[in-house]
Order: sequence, then C-alpha cells, then structure tokens
Amino acid sequence: MQAFEYAAPKTLHEAVGLLGSSWGETEILAGGTDLVSAMKDQITTPKRVVSLKHLAELRRVEFSPSSGLRIGALATIHELLDSKEVQENYPGLIQAADGIRSEQLRAMGTVGGELLQRPRCWYYRSGFGLLAEYKGKPLVPDGDNRYHAIFGNSGPAYFVSPSSLAPMLICLQAKARLHGPSGSREVELSKFFVTPTSANEREHDIKPNEILTEIVVPHHPGVHMAVYEVRQKEALDWPLAAAAVALHMSGNSVSKSAVVLGHVAPVPWPSPEAEEALNGKEVSEETAEAAGKAAASKATPLSKNGYKVQLTSVAVKRAVLAAAKGGA
Amino acid sequence: MPKCKYDWPEAGDRGLIGESIDRVDGAVKSSGRARYSYDVHPSGMLYARMLTCPYAHAKITSMDTSAAEKLPGVKAVLVIQPVGSEIQWAGDEIVAVATTSEAAADDALRLIKVEYDQLPFLVNEEDLSKAGDRAKPSAEQKSGDPDTAFKDPDAVISEGYYGAQVITHCCLETHGSMADWRPDGKLKTWSSTQSVSDLPGQIGEGLRLQKVDIQNSDIETVCQYIGGGFGSKFSPDRWGIVVAQLSKQTGKPVRLMLERDQDLEVAGARPSYYGKVRVAGKKDGTITGWDSDTWGTGGMGPSGNPPVPYVLEGIPNQLKKHTRVNTNIGPSRAWRAPNHPQAAILTMCALDDLADKLGMDPIELLKKNIDFAPEILRQAYVEELDKAAELAEWKKYWHPRGDKTPGHLKRGLGVSIHTWGGRGHASTCLIAIHPDGSVDVKLGSQDLGTGTRTVIAITVAQTLGLPVDGVNVMIGDSAYPKSGASGGSTTVGGVSGSTRRGAIDARDQLFAVVAPALGVEPTQLESVNGRIQVTGDPSKSLSWKQACAKLGVKTIEAQGKNPGQCKLGDSGVGGAQIADVTVDTETGLVKINRMVAAQDCGLIIDMKTAESQVYGALTMGVTYSLFEEKVMDDQTGIMLNPNMEFYKLAGIGDIGELVVHMMTGPGYDERGVIGLGEPPVISPGAAICNAVTNAIGVRVPTIPITPEKVLAALAKGGMA
Amino acid sequence: MRGKRDKHRRPPAAKGGVTRRDFLRGAGVTVSGGLLVGTQVGKAAQAPASSAVAGPGAVPVTLHVNGKVHRLQLEPRVTLLEALRNELDLTGAKKVCDRGVCGSCTVFVDRRPAYACDLLAIEAEGHQITTIEGIGSKDKLSPVMHAFVEHDAQQCGFCTPGFVMACTAFLERNPNPTLEEVEKGLGGNLCRCGTYAGIRLAVLDAAKAMKGGSHA
Repeated sequence: MQAFEYAAPKTLHEAVGLLGSSWGETEILAGGTDLVSAMKDQITTPKRVVSLKHLAELRRVEFSPSSGLRIGALATIHELLDSKEVQENYPGLIQAADGIRSEQLRAMGTVGGELLQRPRCWYYRSGFGLLAEYKGKPLVPDGDNRYHAIFGNSGPAYFVSPSSLAPMLICLQAKARLHGPSGSREVELSKFFVTPTSANEREHDIKPNEILTEIVVPHHPGVHMAVYEVRQKEALDWPLAAAAVALHMSGNSVSKSAVVLGHVAPVPWPSPEAEEALNGKEVSEETAEAAGKAAASKATPLSKNGYKVQLTSVAVKRAVLAAAKGGA
Repeated sequence: MPKCKYDWPEAGDRGLIGESIDRVDGAVKSSGRARYSYDVHPSGMLYARMLTCPYAHAKITSMDTSAAEKLPGVKAVLVIQPVGSEIQWAGDEIVAVATTSEAAADDALRLIKVEYDQLPFLVNEEDLSKAGDRAKPSAEQKSGDPDTAFKDPDAVISEGYYGAQVITHCCLETHGSMADWRPDGKLKTWSSTQSVSDLPGQIGEGLRLQKVDIQNSDIETVCQYIGGGFGSKFSPDRWGIVVAQLSKQTGKPVRLMLERDQDLEVAGARPSYYGKVRVAGKKDGTITGWDSDTWGTGGMGPSGNPPVPYVLEGIPNQLKKHTRVNTNIGPSRAWRAPNHPQAAILTMCALDDLADKLGMDPIELLKKNIDFAPEILRQAYVEELDKAAELAEWKKYWHPRGDKTPGHLKRGLGVSIHTWGGRGHASTCLIAIHPDGSVDVKLGSQDLGTGTRTVIAITVAQTLGLPVDGVNVMIGDSAYPKSGASGGSTTVGGVSGSTRRGAIDARDQLFAVVAPALGVEPTQLESVNGRIQVTGDPSKSLSWKQACAKLGVKTIEAQGKNPGQCKLGDSGVGGAQIADVTVDTETGLVKINRMVAAQDCGLIIDMKTAESQVYGALTMGVTYSLFEEKVMDDQTGIMLNPNMEFYKLAGIGDIGELVVHMMTGPGYDERGVIGLGEPPVISPGAAICNAVTNAIGVRVPTIPITPEKVLAALAKGGMA
Repeated sequence: MRGKRDKHRRPPAAKGGVTRRDFLRGAGVTVSGGLLVGTQVGKAAQAPASSAVAGPGAVPVTLHVNGKVHRLQLEPRVTLLEALRNELDLTGAKKVCDRGVCGSCTVFVDRRPAYACDLLAIEAEGHQITTIEGIGSKDKLSPVMHAFVEHDAQQCGFCTPGFVMACTAFLERNPNPTLEEVEKGLGGNLCRCGTYAGIRLAVLDAAKAMKGGSHA
C-alpha cells in the first residue's frame, strides 16, 4: 500500500472540502472492506483518504409508510438486516443482503460502500486497469472471461457490477442522494450505475468530490419481491448470476413488474423483456420460465461465459416464483 | 505378554491407545497462543519482502536498485537473480529487501527498476495440440497383449476422457521463516517447515552455494507450530536462504514470509493429469485390458507419473503412454498423496464407465476385480466397500446411471478406492524420567496439525502407565534427536516407533531401580494407573512419584529409535469412499449431501485426531473436486486468481455431511501403526465425479466440476 | 501492465512536481495536517482549517485493545492487523489472505466481528478492540475455545483463532442457532486443513454451554 494522508472530518461539509476534484487524488473510506484491499493491490493509490467514520447522521435506517425507507450510506449491512421495518416491508432487500455471506463484512461493510464497490474483474484486480487492457488491446474478449458480462459487453467494459443490493433497490425505484460542493442532488439508482467508456471513469454517476449520503426507497405496500442468486459456494463468494424481482399483483395476475439482473453486466441490468413476459400474466411455472427465457434472450455471451445465460434465465424464473410465493 | 519386548499391547490391554483423546496442543491453539514462525517477532527484527517477475517467461535486461537502497528504513537490498537471468514463471523472486517496517518494504520494492525481454510462454496444457515442442512424450509402456484384448469380439470396451486440474497448496501460513544470524556466527531459524531435523543441513548447503560460509552444526531450526504444509514445505526454498543472508548482512533478525499472491503463484502446485482411457472387460465384469494416453504439467519440472491403473494394478494387457508438458506456471511440489488423486480419477472414473456399460453396480465391479489389487489389501477393500456402502445407504440411493426422478434435482452416488504406503520414517528420540516424576520426550519432529504431539504423548504415557498430561512432549527443534520429515504419512509410524521403544527402555531402567524396594525382580514389575506394581498385584506397589523419588538425583535417559527391534508398524493401507451428491440440472450446481469414508491404517493411537485426518481429507477433496483451480491466463501468462477470493476453497456450508469409519480390530490392529495423512484425500475426486455422473447420466470429464462444465455435459445428453 | 503487476517494477508517476522520493522522505516526519494539503492533493481540495489531516508519515494513534490503552505512532496506511501483530505483539489474529476474505484476522470492534486486515488502525481509534487474547487464555478457555478442543475443530490451528472469534460473535447474534444458520453465519472464514465438521459441532455445543452463563 502506498502512503496517504488521512482525514476524519466531523461534518459532511468538511468531508466534501477534503475531497479532490479528479479521480485518483482522494478516496472516501467507509467500511474499508473494498478500499483497503484495493489500495494494497494498488488498484487505487490516493494521496488522501477521507474517512466518514464521524458522520453518524449517515448511519440511520428510517422508515415511514408515507416517505418510505431512508438508508444512510453508512448504515452497515447488519443494520439493514436487523431493521424490523426492512424485514416487514422490504423482504427482497433482506434476501439481497443475505447474499453477503460474511458476518465480518456485514458488520463492517456499509450500504453505501456496497453500492460503490469496484468491480472484481480479475484482470482489473491484477493491475490491467478498469477496462483490462494490455498492449493496447482488451484482455477480456479473448481471455478467461468465465465471470464476465453477458449483457452490455460490446466494450470497452466487460466486468460485472458486483453489488448484491443494487438490483433489488432498482426494482424498488430507489434513489441515491449525493452531497457535493454545490449541495445535494438526487439520482435514480437505475441511472446511478453507468458503464465507463475509459479507464479513468468510474462505474457510478458520482463526482470525485461527492459523497453518497443516503438511499431513499419508496414504500411499496403489497408488492411481492424476491432475489435469487446462483452461487457456487454457500460461503462468501460472488454469485454467478442473480435476479431481483418486484411484482405488483392484481388478484392473481401481475399488473406491473420490475426485473433487474445482477452480476451479468457492467451495471445492474434491467430486463424489460422479462417484465413484458410477466405483465398481465398469472404467475405460474410457465410464466416464470418464459420470463427467464425472455431475460436471457438478448444476452451476448463471450467465449467462456455462455453458461451464465442459462443461469440468468434460471435466476429470473426462481426469483419470480419466490416473489409470487412470498409476501410483500 | 507380548512376543517381542517393544510390541504394542494386546487388544484389551491397550489403555489409552486407540481411545479418542483431545489433542494435547488443543488449548494453546484454540486460545490463539500458539506461536507460528509468522508470529515470532524479536525486538529489532527487520521485515523482508521480495520483488517478483511479472512475466511468465523473460530475461532480465537491466536492474536499478539504487533508489531503494537510499530509502530510509531500508537496511539491505539483495539481488537474487541478476541481469541476464532467464525467468520461467511469473512470481519468481528477483530482489529482496530488509526494512524496518512492512510499509518501508512495500515502498522499497516499488523503487526497484527491473527491465525484461519477454519470451514465449505456455501456461495451459489441457489442449495438448497447442503444446508444440513443450510436449515431451515418454516411452510407451506395455504389458501382456493389449492389442488382442481390445480386439476380442466378446470384450465390452468403455472409452472416456478424464482429468484433474493444477491446484495449489494454499497453506494458510504462507511459506517463510524468521532468521537470526547472531554475532557468534550461529544461525537460528524459525521456519514454517515440515522438516525440522533436515532443514539446517539444507540451509547450510544453500548458503554455501551462495558463497556464505557456515557449518551445518552452527544452524538450528525451530518450528513449534506450522500453519499447513500438505507437502509444500520440505525445503527451505530460495527465500529460506535469502532471509539468512539478509540477517547476516544486517546483523539483525529478519523475517521473510511470502505474500499470499506469491505463495499461490510459486510455492507449490499439484501437477495436472488428463487422459483418454479405454478399458476392456468380459460380460461377467472381469477386466481384461487397459489403454491410457495421458498428459499433464508440473511446470518446467516433472509432471509426476500417476500410477494407472490405480489400485487394480494387476489388470492384464496394459498399454500406457504419458506426455509431460513444460509450462511456465511455477514449480510443482508434493501435494498430499502425490499422484494418487489424479490416478484415482482416471482409473475409478474409467472403471465406473465400464460398469455402466456392463450394466453392473460399480461396487460389484470393484469387488469382482479385487484380485488385481495387492494381495495384502484385498480383504480390507471388500470390508471397506461393504462398510462404506452400508453407511452411505448405497442399496437405497444408488441407481443405474441417471436419476429418473422428475424435476431438476438429481441425486447420485459414486465410489472410489485408494491405497498408500505410510511406513514409519527414521526417528530417534530421547526420553527422560526425572526424580520428581516428570517425563520429557524430545525429538526433532514436527506437528503439522495431524496430532503428532498427541500421538507421542499417548504412546509414552501408555507405556509408562501415566496420564497423557504426565508426559512433556518437546518437538519442533533441530537441537533434539533427529526425526524424519513429515511427508508421505510417515510420521505417526516413525515417532510412535521411536518413542515406544525409548519409553520401554526408560521404564525398564526405572524398574531396575525400584525392584529392590518391592522385593521382586525388575521383570516382575508393571507400570499401570500411575503406579509401579508387581504384575497383577496392586497391593505391592509404589506411586509413580514415589518410584521416581528413588532415582535420587539421577535422571533416567533412554534413546528410542525407529526402525528397530520388533514390528511396530507396517506399510500399505486401503480405503473406500462414497460420495452422495445432488445436481441441479438447471444451474449445474453440485451439492454434496454426504461423503462416506471407510479407512484402515493399522493400529490407531488416537482415534480423535485420526478421524480428524479423514474429515479434513474429505473436505480438501470436496474443495479440489468442485472449487479450486490455478487459473492461468494465456495472454499475459499470469495467474489470475492468486488470492483467496477466486482461488476458491470450500466454506463451512459447502461440504455436506461427513461420515468417517476407521477400520479397527482383528486384521487391522495387529499390523501395527501405519500413516494416515495421505490416503483419505485420494478418493474424493473420483467418488464425486462418479456420483455426479450417476446423478445426471452423463460424465463431466474433468475436475473441478463447475456449473459451466455440468451444463456443457448436460447439453450433450443426460437428464436435463 | 499497470497497477499491481508493476507495483514492484516502476515508481509511480509523480504529480505536481512532487517526486515519489520527496514524498517518501517527507513520510518520515510527522507533519500536522493543513501543511500537506497543498502538496498531496491538488488544487481542488480546500480543507477547512479545522479539519485535521494526518500523515502520510507516522501520527499518534491511540488504540484500546483488550481493555488496555496503547499510544502508538503509526502511518495512516498501517492496518489494525499489522498494528496488533507488529506493534503490540498480539499474534492470535493471523495474516492469511490479507484481503478480507478468509477471516483468520477476525477481531471485535465494539463486540462486532471485523477483518483486522481490512481496517486501518487509525480507523479503530475510539473503538474497543478485542482480540482472541482478550476473550480467554490456554488455562482459561472460553466456551467456544473449549468446544473447539473437545470436537477437535482444529488441525494446523492457523485459521482457528479467527474462527473462534467469528463463532463467538456469531453466537452473540444467534444464541440458539440451527446447523443451517451455523453454516451460513460462518461463511466469512476459511480453513484449509478441513476442520469444518468439528467446528459445526463445536458451535452448536458452545451455544448450549453458554446458555444462562456469561461468556467471553
């Protein structure tokens, strides 16, 4: 790890003031579960690390039926899991968080950090840059891309979004609140995740001197929701594919649906194809299967990750069935 | 009375031996107080780190260490491979630094500038057609008349492709040591090693090769605890020499432990083994021929020569070809039961395919051909297969290939058998009985976590009639009497042999001192329940303390040796394992329901740590069958997963139920002590492969059995 | 190649006229915050004067470990794991993956389990740190430690302290766990020798032993 200077400001305003205006100068430290390792691997070599440890106001998890759920960016995964209101009103978020199979990561890791963690692409983590280039050529298309994207992978980004929470949050139309030098702004979480076009960009709509402060999730009474992850290991591991599903039901049939895929594209990947296959239908094994097939229909697998197409389809099918079975 | 002076006690008279006894270093380990080499930290110690080559094959063209040398905190910079050296794998060591902090070491390495000319490399070998002149075929081996056997019109012939990947050792304590070269010219190392007694000689030789003068007798190696070895820690390695040089150069103690990525890149790998196999058999199941064309890589060195056909080595009419492939993936090392797991996969999977073709239960096929196994083990195999079948409920759950149950979850069972030698190594020990009643056992052995300390304590305690905690076991120091390296399942046989003999001799010396006080001849005494008594007459006895007090100021010392008089151990064990899996045919995920092991290893000293060896082996077996793999990149030549995130080890929820049955009693115990570390890790791969095939009706040819491979196999047929 | 692959080959490009070596020379001196703002982070970051910026050289760090106060001088980049092992000689927490995956370095931060390798020591200021040395000793085993011995839930023992800590923390959150909960709840620790079968039993047993009584 390269040396850096450290600051732990007491206010959000101070924190923003300590941040640099271009990527690479400063990094924001929350739980540290991604950043510290990334600094050891010299994936990032900030001159300054700004710790948010004193910003207790960013740690709350609050719910009201009128304004919905507000998750402070510094709330830990445990705090999310432990919230009775989240358990009662957002079972899909609980399922999403349950995919983080480490009590240590749940205790240390924050919701904000979970959304902002950098990709796990092994070329990126080995030092070939966010876009995994070597001798001017992308490594992923001809390389070992077994864990890479099957959607949104026409280049130059091939990694998959690592977030476990984002797909379900996007299903629930969550918004991210950011605080920067010119105040706060709100962005739809579905637009917060972006595919970088150069190695110096990030995977999020955030500026180097902005801080993610809060996630706001509308209340969705009566919506059925579920997450299904296809994971090789029960222990801590990255899913091979995941699907988050939210179903608005009208009687036995789906009036409106949201399907967002995880770990299959450089961003959480909404599937209008799957939604269309569900809307207006009664949920059955057949419609779930059809939604799964529709979700996978436009996949463009790389040389070694064709199997993820099938896994995506199964994840959607099973998430749909679980959502229909489970309550809101 | 035993027939021979040192013999193990007869059944019914074994006391502690064979009981389930807690490991004697359990508390020190579970409380975090065990000090490993990585934990030794004398004041003033320097931290050493090594710069490594980022290329799979390259020549060093220039090097500049001057900036690093000037960095505050840097006490030494040592060039390991100079300009002009040809490097054969990424991660190879180029320059070492010794610094006052870990951070300074990190900074210093960044300041060292090395330029390379990159050279052509090969890092993947499964596709032999791409190996070119890296493929080095060995001479064909032939026995009997395979040609005729396979042309026999009545023969049933099965044919298949099978294989096992390159895996690493991934010891949790990385390789390395702390070295302290003292002003008096003596060198002491705290090394993470499987070979305490032999290490000083190896370090001395390595130093002299670097033109550093030292006598072996001036070197002492200590290893009280080691965080895993599995066959990868017999040698001091280059870093074990470098750290001593750095200590000499700086006059300070220096610790050099590999970083995790280095450890996975360079500190050991199990060679791969792939092959096309044909097996011929008669309709009654009798195997009549074997034909294998195999290849594998062990880096630039030997790829191993897995012994096929495995266990059933007496199969007639064999034709075998093997090709070694030279790759730039880093060197191979012995990995727990070297060559055997790979041999088991090729053999037991091929036999499973033959059984299917014959419409036979694979257990019946193995039994039918058991006479092709070494004679000494035939009976054991039959008993073990029956025991494993019973515990796995084989009759209930096994079915002909392909689970016909509707739905996407398919259950299957698979079987494999294995063998290993495990004769005790050469070991010497010194046993001291002190006038205060305390007992010391000293030997230059080491406890890899297998329970060596515990086995020694039990052996000596039982021999002297003491409780286990009445014996002070002192191992892990080359200053103690020489004992063999812990590899090849040789330790338990070696140390139980030496300490049994030493303890008997020490006891007899004590009897000689005590006998007059009890008014009998020494030969009429026995030591039981913490007393020395006239055999069979507790009324004529002294407590152990009273007896030892009769020594006055004199300590009894006796040396014990293995091998030696009387037969205390043997070689050759067998085992049978059954895997029970469920495969999700929609996702290709394999879930272990149950792993069953029936295992013999002669006379068991401690049932608890013996069972732990088997539980551990099954767990490692699940890991190499389903998860782990050294992933090498064709474009850059580097290892893509030199970390514990993508070098996947099974977690606590990934292993299923483990059922272990140790074969004991008549037919087993009288063979004496035989090693156990290797054998149970051999069969899981083959058993799991066969179970998956049994579940889904089609073979996934190679391990690890990933969802990707299962789905690919299903796409070609099977139960999807 | 960039980043990690050449971390040992090429000094990083200097920015703003500050060379790497100058930077590192400065690192040996403890400099209070504001002074370095201009040199370390370019034009844009305008730290209010009240914000202390520490480092990159060694700065005072106070750690509360196992009930004792330790005043140390540490660079901000030093992890809690390195500080515990190298400065305080508390070596129960092990450096194994060093990337927050294997759990061998598990400690408690205010009773919550944490990977000490992923936590900067300076971040641990103001928190109560508990290491394995703080929950029991070889002569006074905690219930979890005791259960590990009883069920032989350890071989080489290198993952063991981390597992004991993780199990202890797990049982605080889940005093009556099922086997399935144990298997899920301990997914953040890895063992190479294969002691999971013993650990599962040990955790279930320790849960029973801890009923009603106080524990570590």
